[in-house]
Amino acid sequence: MSAVPGQTVGPFFHLGLEYSGMNELVPPSHPRALRLHGHVYDGAGDPVPDAVVEIWQADPQGHIPRQPGSLRRDGWTFTGWGRAATDPEGHYQFATLEPGATEPGKAPFLAVTVFARGLLDRLFTRAYLPDDPDLLAQDTLLESVAPDRRATLIATREPGGLVFDIRLQGDGETVFVTYPRLRDAWT
Amino acid sequence: MESSQADINREIEAAAQQPGGPQPRIDYAPYRSSILRHPKLPAHLVDPEAVELWAPAFGHRDVADDEADLTIQHAGTPLGERIVVTGRVLDGDGRPVAGQLVEVWQANAAGRYRHQRDQHPAPHDPNFTGVGRMLTGTDGTYRFQTIKPGPYPWRNHVNAWRPAHIHFSIFGTDFTQRLVTQMYFPGDPLFPLDPIYQSITDPKARELLIAQYDHDVTTPEWNTGYRWDIVLTGTHRTPLDSDIEDEAE
Repeated sequence: MSAVPGQTVGPFFHLGLEYSGMNELVPPSHPRALRLHGHVYDGAGDPVPDAVVEIWQADPQGHIPRQPGSLRRDGWTFTGWGRAATDPEGHYQFATLEPGATEPGKAPFLAVTVFARGLLDRLFTRAYLPDDPDLLAQDTLLESVAPDRRATLIATREPGGLVFDIRLQGDGETVFVTYPRLRDAWT
Repeated sequence: MESSQADINREIEAAAQQPGGPQPRIDYAPYRSSILRHPKLPAHLVDPEAVELWAPAFGHRDVADDEADLTIQHAGTPLGERIVVTGRVLDGDGRPVAGQLVEVWQANAAGRYRHQRDQHPAPHDPNFTGVGRMLTGTDGTYRFQTIKPGPYPWRNHVNAWRPAHIHFSIFGTDFTQRLVTQMYFPGDPLFPLDPIYQSITDPKARELLIAQYDHDVTTPEWNTGYRWDIVLTGTHRTPLDSDIEDEAE
């Protein structure tokens, strides 16, 4: 069956996609809350003030959440999914927990989706935790990416948080990923 | 200098000469805002891992039933043509995507969004916000009642108008199936002029975004009905595993 094509999220997505608490997978006051944040930049290096970033991740134990509740958060259930819109300076942020490794020996990462006005289809990427160089060195995706582009997939530590910038085009362009069944569907 | 519709038409025509896949071309200059906002390097093919084989779960605690009716969100009745839109969300192998979130947003009947960035001098409708949410049923069916949106001008080029559309945000059973798109209405005269719609250069693929009028969906004395089925890409997960998992919950 032919998959329906994507279209841009457009300039008015705040109307349909924004809701209270969407970027707080845990309350920011949670003792283990992690601030994941960054900027989205365009090909001229300018911030993109009308992008949407979504994250989907395992919990700190590496379990994949199966609980509903991302739209009406109860403050206790970790659903693993959140959405943030960039602000006028192209900045987004989440309050979340550190993702754990889903299998022993795997480098933990957050799965990331990016939408924007001007972007005709969604983009997928990964934000890896930077802490274990051995795990990162063995990762299938990172291994297969040119060494000078690997850093675009790895978040940077700062006190209390992680920084993950997304460059849609040009210098330091983020490595975006596609998956076998997406590729097959289009050929 | 600002481009004219004739300039854009020439660019659309030139782009259509090159063979394109069924997805929009993200590098599509007739849509001016895309020029600096698409990656130039090809996407990197990777096998999905653990978390990418699952999608977030949504449930009735997330979405109230009345969020699927965009005509009852205010004290009065919104102006315009009352319609119902329904269809099924299926994965690329034809399996229904059950219990999953569908989000919609749109302009009102006059072509105005309730959004501060929309400066089109068409009237707001105090009885219409233009936002809905729903969960798919066990057979993948979604359904909502709304007002048919109007076309509206934008500033891509001089005298640029978008065909009437409803924005859809859809989740599948895998992270990899995430889709944000726009549903259009049959026979819109603006189709050939719209660079967003034409960024899908395969005409058959473009048609997948057009709902069909369905008289069986139309309710007597109440609303007209449109049907639009949404096929996602195929799942990467072994379906049997997910069935067992879901039943165990």
